[in-house]
Amino acid sequence: MTEPIELSLIDWSRAQFALTAIYHWLFVPLTLGLAVIMGVMETLYYKSGDVFWKRTARFWMKLFGINFAIGVATGLILEFEFGTNWSNYSWFVGDIFGAPLAIEGILAFFMEATFIAVMFFGWNKVSRGFHLASTWLTGLGATISAWWILVANAWMQYPVGMEFNPDTVRNEMVDFWAVATSPVAVNKFFHTVISSWVLGAAFVVGVSAWYLWKRREKRFALESMKIAACVGLAATVLTAWTGDKSGYHVAQHQPMKLAAMEALYEGQKGASLVAIGILNRTESGEINPEKPLVAGIEIPNMLSVLAYRDKDSYVPGINNLLQGGYALPDGSIALSAQEKMERGKRAIAALGAYRQAKADKDMQRAELELATLKENMPYFGYGYIHEPQDLVPNVTLNFYAFRVMVGLGVYLILFFAGILFLVYRKRLADLRWVQWGAMLTVPLAYLASQAGWVVAECGRQPWAIQDLLPVNAAISSLETSSVQTTFFIFLVLFTVLLIAEIRIMIKAIAAGPEKDVESV
Amino acid sequence: MWSFYYDGFREMTLGRVLWAIILIKLFIMFVVLRVFFFPDFVATHATEGDEARFVGEELMERRAP
Repeated sequence: MTEPIELSLIDWSRAQFALTAIYHWLFVPLTLGLAVIMGVMETLYYKSGDVFWKRTARFWMKLFGINFAIGVATGLILEFEFGTNWSNYSWFVGDIFGAPLAIEGILAFFMEATFIAVMFFGWNKVSRGFHLASTWLTGLGATISAWWILVANAWMQYPVGMEFNPDTVRNEMVDFWAVATSPVAVNKFFHTVISSWVLGAAFVVGVSAWYLWKRREKRFALESMKIAACVGLAATVLTAWTGDKSGYHVAQHQPMKLAAMEALYEGQKGASLVAIGILNRTESGEINPEKPLVAGIEIPNMLSVLAYRDKDSYVPGINNLLQGGYALPDGSIALSAQEKMERGKRAIAALGAYRQAKADKDMQRAELELATLKENMPYFGYGYIHEPQDLVPNVTLNFYAFRVMVGLGVYLILFFAGILFLVYRKRLADLRWVQWGAMLTVPLAYLASQAGWVVAECGRQPWAIQDLLPVNAAISSLETSSVQTTFFIFLVLFTVLLIAEIRIMIKAIAAGPEKDVESV
Repeated sequence: MWSFYYDGFREMTLGRVLWAIILIKLFIMFVVLRVFFFPDFVATHATEGDEARFVGEELMERRAP
């Protein structure tokens, strides 16, 4: 008989995955963001023939290469963890994940490896046009790779296009396009990739500001800032737009995540969106569900607009989602958590009974159990939930992470607009406080980027796959000590990689653009 | 494509450092971590063809009381 799963095993396994995902996400957005900016710069070189742009593009390409080299394959560690720490999950979803991740790996290897070689080593070996195409295709390859990873993640949030096979105990893909182009996947792709352009732009502006501060490479710095600020401003606005659509999808498919993001305990018609707020705690440290905010600024009706595109629509709170009984948009009545848990247990029991009936070659009983399983399959994961409260993610973490992400997003819109204004007014080279602000904006862009993933992944807890498999069922029954060991191995390994990247980057930035690129 | 990498590598300085980092990283990941710390859990607990039974039992056992 399997021993009960320790909470510490779940927590350490989640912590390990979070650690490796956060580190991986330090490298990826800069790759995607710099790819666009260096593509724009090389395009300017191609069109103008001005060697200045070749020199500029090559400099940012060098930083792209450093980040790419150090970050490459860090994502594979996440796949290792699927197979070891999350083996039930890995088996359960294998048929769905297999295709996207295989395509991602193949595309990443062949497309990027091919065009990166031309981009870095082919300057005087191929025509300017072919080299330019290779630069853009390197970025495109990385972006297409991101598509497939994001399709896989989107499926965890909104599982579609599959049927559960009780004989193999796996979800099998029955509609590839439903998986690959689900509205959640499409929007997640645009939101994530475009937010990476924001980070790349903030990086270029910040590094360029350092040159101004050092009174070096003035033309290089100002022109780089112009391009990066244009890309950044457009990208930040688009990120906000796709972020709004993300909120809409979360309301449809993960209402508990939305309620946690807003610390909304009691549902409301015409619900307000909390712009800024401080959570109110009881003496025991829990959030006070009757008055979740000590203080805050709320935008009237905005949460209803975000969630259902109707300023007067009802948005359920955490308590309503647990208690059920409220009207859903389609007119049906929401089930309570307890009812879902009962149906989930029925589904799991039916799965076991079906498999036993098949083993006993009792096909009539198998048919009956299969019908029960199919009827209750949408609530399968609820059969692993012990208490309704287990369905509530960490409200504090989600509430503040969401505000960090959105708040920094608003700041970045103003930041890029301000930089563009000052660059065109030819004042930026003299404003040292703005140069400092630009340098300090680089870590803020990273913080916003990470905060987004915290909301996405911590907000879906306890689910590994929304409604179908919670983390306590997804996890492998390992020894907690083995997970602790690998956690610290990763902490050391990734920290070493990060320090190496920072040191090599600083050295490359200090060296500056090449003096002579004519002969290259 | 091979000649791009070969000729490019011969001319690099920073690139050699980066390549060394890549190769060391991949070695640690695939030879050390994958082999010693990240076995395929299902494959080590179930024979080929028996994985569904193993995972099925795992899922049955985890059901809430």
